Amino acid sequence: MKIDARHEQGVTILEPKGKITIGVGDVALREAVGEALEAGARNILFNLSGVSTIDSSGIGELVSAYTTVTNRGGKLKLACLPSKVTDILQITQLISVFEVHDTEAEGLASF
Amino acid sequence: MAAEEPQVRISVASRFEHIDLIQIVFDDALARFGLDDDARHWVGIAIREAVANAIEHGNRRDPTKEVDVELAFDGEEAVIRVHDRGEGFDPEEVEDPLAPENLLKPNGRGIFYMKSFMDGIEYEPRPDGGTVVILRKRITDPS
Repeated sequence: MKIDARHEQGVTILEPKGKITIGVGDVALREAVGEALEAGARNILFNLSGVSTIDSSGIGELVSAYTTVTNRGGKLKLACLPSKVTDILQITQLISVFEVHDTEAEGLASF
Repeated sequence: MAAEEPQVRISVASRFEHIDLIQIVFDDALARFGLDDDARHWVGIAIREAVANAIEHGNRRDPTKEVDVELAFDGEEAVIRVHDRGEGFDPEEVEDPLAPENLLKPNGRGIFYMKSFMDGIEYEPRPDGGTVVILRKRITDPS
């Protein structure tokens, strides 16, 4: 799993590509969020369009990132969810926890 | 009805990197028995969760302990068995991930996902040690 990081309009955009699953993708996600926060990021937008598979560990990392960023006074939002990521968030009622946008541009404009 | 002989059986050391291999092999076998792409995605997630639990909570990530994964067809069901060498657990003690106090916890959703994506899930303690998680999925149009 690979994560592209970039900055636009004061927002750190993280774009993971591939599987966010136990032992590999979940660790990469945690590290990417940690690096962004260390670099001073306050607001993070996840563009999840390239995610093929996510399991409970990957969902757990998204939740951890959300609480960490929120507790620091920032905001973490999601954009471009593949249908299977939407489905797995809905099943555990997390879709109502995250602010979700259809496009990256819409997500950026919402901060 | 007694389960038929396993179609696929894989034993791996308790390392998370083996989960991809298991999912690929089982995805191929399930495709041959008529599961469509969508169904195989969700069964694949359930298998991933079961094997991850076996490695993490059953075998405590001890790479000298194996996890066995089997696929058999029992009538019109795919039956997947995941056997660890751990000390067992009480599934009734697993917290509800939908409870408001658990919603933002990072852990505790694996069994819930298995129940959501499969038609049945059972736990069978083995006399020789370990637990077998049995996942069942109906196959409506077996080839």
